[in-house]
Amino acid sequence: MKKIKVLGTGCPKCIQTTQVITDAVNQSGVEASIEKVEDIMEIMKYNVMSTPAVVINDEIVIKGRVPSVKEVVELLN
Amino acid sequence: MFDWVQHMADWIVYDLIQLDPQAHLANALNFFIYDSVKILLLLVIVIFFMGIVNSYFPIDRVKNYLSRNKLYGLEYLMASLFGVVTPFCSCSSVPLFIGFVRGGIPLGVTFSFLITSPLVNEVAIGLFVGLFGLKTTVIYVVSGVLLGTISGIILSRLRLERYLSPWVLEVLANAQRDQDLFQQEKQSLAQRLPVIWSEVLEILKGVVPYVIVGIAIGGLMHGYIPNGFFEQYMSKDNLLAVPIAALMAVPMYSNASGVLPIVQVLVAKGIPLGTAIAFMMGVVGLSLPEAMLLKKVMTIKLIGIFFGIVTLCIIISGYLFNIIL
Repeated sequence: MKKIKVLGTGCPKCIQTTQVITDAVNQSGVEASIEKVEDIMEIMKYNVMSTPAVVINDEIVIKGRVPSVKEVVELLN
Repeated sequence: MFDWVQHMADWIVYDLIQLDPQAHLANALNFFIYDSVKILLLLVIVIFFMGIVNSYFPIDRVKNYLSRNKLYGLEYLMASLFGVVTPFCSCSSVPLFIGFVRGGIPLGVTFSFLITSPLVNEVAIGLFVGLFGLKTTVIYVVSGVLLGTISGIILSRLRLERYLSPWVLEVLANAQRDQDLFQQEKQSLAQRLPVIWSEVLEILKGVVPYVIVGIAIGGLMHGYIPNGFFEQYMSKDNLLAVPIAALMAVPMYSNASGVLPIVQVLVAKGIPLGTAIAFMMGVVGLSLPEAMLLKKVMTIKLIGIFFGIVTLCIIISGYLFNIIL
């Protein structure tokens, strides 16, 4: 079970990223939980300066851009 | 360089649709087609080029650089220059601000970056080249960078740290010139290009509708407003015009993409360029939504001082433009 977090303060790009992640999880069939982190203090704990950022199992894999579904599927596997 | 675009526009309007070259509608349509194609091409080129630069100087690297090096006053200029190559999204301004504070970067330097980043960005540059030509673009970029630098220096002199939100002060107290380990991506340019290109498309998707609508409105105004129409109201001698333009612009929220094509027509019809640029800088550089976001990290008083100083600098550069150009 993978823990995925999307870090972002609620901008359109962050919402888009969450959608991409959801699609990727469904496509890959990997078991994962998706959490959206909007609280700025919480976000800063991960030390990212550009949102949206994607964290899988506490490791930052993407920051500052919206990933593609394909990319996320590869990251999940 | 863009002659062929003009030929194409002529061909579509006069041969394909067979409009009368004397008619207002024909002129407006011709202008619209020519401007849209030219500007979209320029946007692709500039955004792509900036994407490459940014890929090698990501924000973490910028922060580490500013945090590590003692630059004896040059750090304001450096922060401002980094602001140019970093694409700005107002939603990133808060995490970015905290990241800088935590890295022990002085508040004024952080402000320099925050001011220039939205003011001089890839989309604005592409539009500027297409609408006003290279020379005006260079003047705009240089003055944007100087504006960020000078405002940052003024803000640092005011010792504004005490007006930060309490939790940010705590971050500030624990600030260290640390070097967050950042995985330097050792990728070749060929490996980077697909990511850069998809970013280009992403940015274009966001701005194209505004650009097209802006150019369409501009095209209509171009055909119907008589030349020199505004000169009687807003001449260079009218000293109030610049401050009014800047103050009007601050609460407006739009990206450069929608405003610039319209500003270009206003200039063509007689509004002095400096006045128009002051307006534009106000619209692009300062916005209420950004102020709302910044409320999370600073007091309203600090936001007020920040916006006030920048507005003042915008007004001064508006006057300077009107004198120089």
